[in-house]
Amino acid sequence: MPELTYTSSELLTINAARLLRDGDTVFVGVGLPNLACNLARHTHAPNLMMIYEAGVIGAQPARLPLSIGDPTLVSGALSVCSMYDIFAFYLQRGNVDVGFMGGAQIDRFGNINATVIGDYQHPKVRLPGSGGSMEIAAWANRCYLLTPHQKRRFPEKLDFRTSAGFLGGRGERQAAGLRGGGMLAVVTDLGVMEPDENGELVLTALHPGASAEQARANTGWDLKVASDLKTTPAPSAEELRILREELDPQGIYLKGGA
Amino acid sequence: MSKLVSLSQAVQQYVHDGDMIYAAGFTHMIPFAAGHEIIRQKRRNLVLARATPDLIYDQMVAAGCASKVIFSYMGNPGVGSLRIVRAELEAGRLEWEEYSHFGMISRLQAGATGLPFMPMNPTAAGDLEHANPNYRTVTDPYTGQPVVVVPALKPDVAIVHVQRADADGNAQIWGIIGEQKEAAFAAKHVILTAEEIVDQAIIRSDPNRTLIPGFIVDAVCHVPYCSHPSYTQGYYDRDNDFYMEWDKISSSPEATQAYLDEWVYGVKDRDEYWQKLGSKTHKRLKVSKNLSSPVDYGKY
Repeated sequence: MPELTYTSSELLTINAARLLRDGDTVFVGVGLPNLACNLARHTHAPNLMMIYEAGVIGAQPARLPLSIGDPTLVSGALSVCSMYDIFAFYLQRGNVDVGFMGGAQIDRFGNINATVIGDYQHPKVRLPGSGGSMEIAAWANRCYLLTPHQKRRFPEKLDFRTSAGFLGGRGERQAAGLRGGGMLAVVTDLGVMEPDENGELVLTALHPGASAEQARANTGWDLKVASDLKTTPAPSAEELRILREELDPQGIYLKGGA
Repeated sequence: MSKLVSLSQAVQQYVHDGDMIYAAGFTHMIPFAAGHEIIRQKRRNLVLARATPDLIYDQMVAAGCASKVIFSYMGNPGVGSLRIVRAELEAGRLEWEEYSHFGMISRLQAGATGLPFMPMNPTAAGDLEHANPNYRTVTDPYTGQPVVVVPALKPDVAIVHVQRADADGNAQIWGIIGEQKEAAFAAKHVILTAEEIVDQAIIRSDPNRTLIPGFIVDAVCHVPYCSHPSYTQGYYDRDNDFYMEWDKISSSPEATQAYLDEWVYGVKDRDEYWQKLGSKTHKRLKVSKNLSSPVDYGKY
């Protein structure tokens, strides 16, 4: 059988989908997280409850939504509520198991910058800002982030802390009175980083063909490598088929890199 | 009492230079026609508040209507950068005030319910709270724990698009209901735009769907296709192609000006705009029916 080929976006999406458990209530972001959630729903997690920040609960999108407020999320959903309700009754109340995060920068403690590169008052590059990120990071039970593994995305110090990971370490997050377990995995195109007992992200798994040296060279801090470094199972033919044929047939998100 | 007026009259009467405007709708039912009318009437120094400024505020900023934006996510949803607002912020030419979505929506919730502020649980994301002094931390008088508060947002004018309303302004919305109700109750004046103006008996046949009562509405405008390139659930689809096209248009000041000349200044109103879009676009955005099961309110 010829070896399967796949893009880095497909690799990220498939590994993100594997983090979800059947029955999870997940706050879905647009783009790759949305594909990951729908892939999980089509494979090992048929009872995944998908919640969108636009106020949609139990969505079953019939097409790939370009935006977070696409009408396909509404048709056939279990419930639709206001934005205040989705953030208050669902997220703040503690009814969300999983949050998928994005961001331009992430530091060693899983804190996120989605706001600005450079000085806040005199931005060099102005990014979109928090959206729901601040609250998802603080209040979802488990947070995950998908990003290409690039040095500029993993700096020693963030330009701006939009959303909390473990702050300055696991104890600090606890002391701040946040609910939820914080940033539990960062999936990149090279592997997976997970927090150690101090909340510091450590390389715990590599994708087939990637090396720890590659990961370290593309991380802005001195990345620790777990002693029991694992290899993630390669994307399966079935996972790739569902992604390509059912979920993103036009390749809007999956073509090329993330 | 009928409040039916043209959108042009409503903007003339209720939108003034320097006002704070909240054009509501989270991705859904964004009242683009009203944004375009404000541009045509050359309002200046507006404070534009919206959780997601979206293309409507990008266009209004490009047209020189705004002196400040208040937002919680400044992007082109599903596409990337909101280029014009972003460039103005980076150049220091536009004031801004920033929240998370929950902070922004909590401000409206306070405004809508007549409270001075809303409390929220802490998120420990201190940088935005330092950057924006409107974020304060107070002590919960019951537990002694810290809570984060934001002040009420009270726009001068809320503009809300709905599927159907009667001539008094009793308005029904379905699909994503974002912050339409909150914006309407928080504002001093409410301009309603509606896909359909219906007999009050239709509104009364399904009272649970009425999110906005007519007595808080100032003007009711019949504006079919008001939200294009955003969408109206059950009426027409989101024009994702245009959202992607805007990414190109907005990267050049000349192309942006040409767009405004042709599609905003160059048309009289939304009817003309919609006709100009042409049958190919109409067909592309058409949606097929998907009716809900009727509910029985009972006769008493």
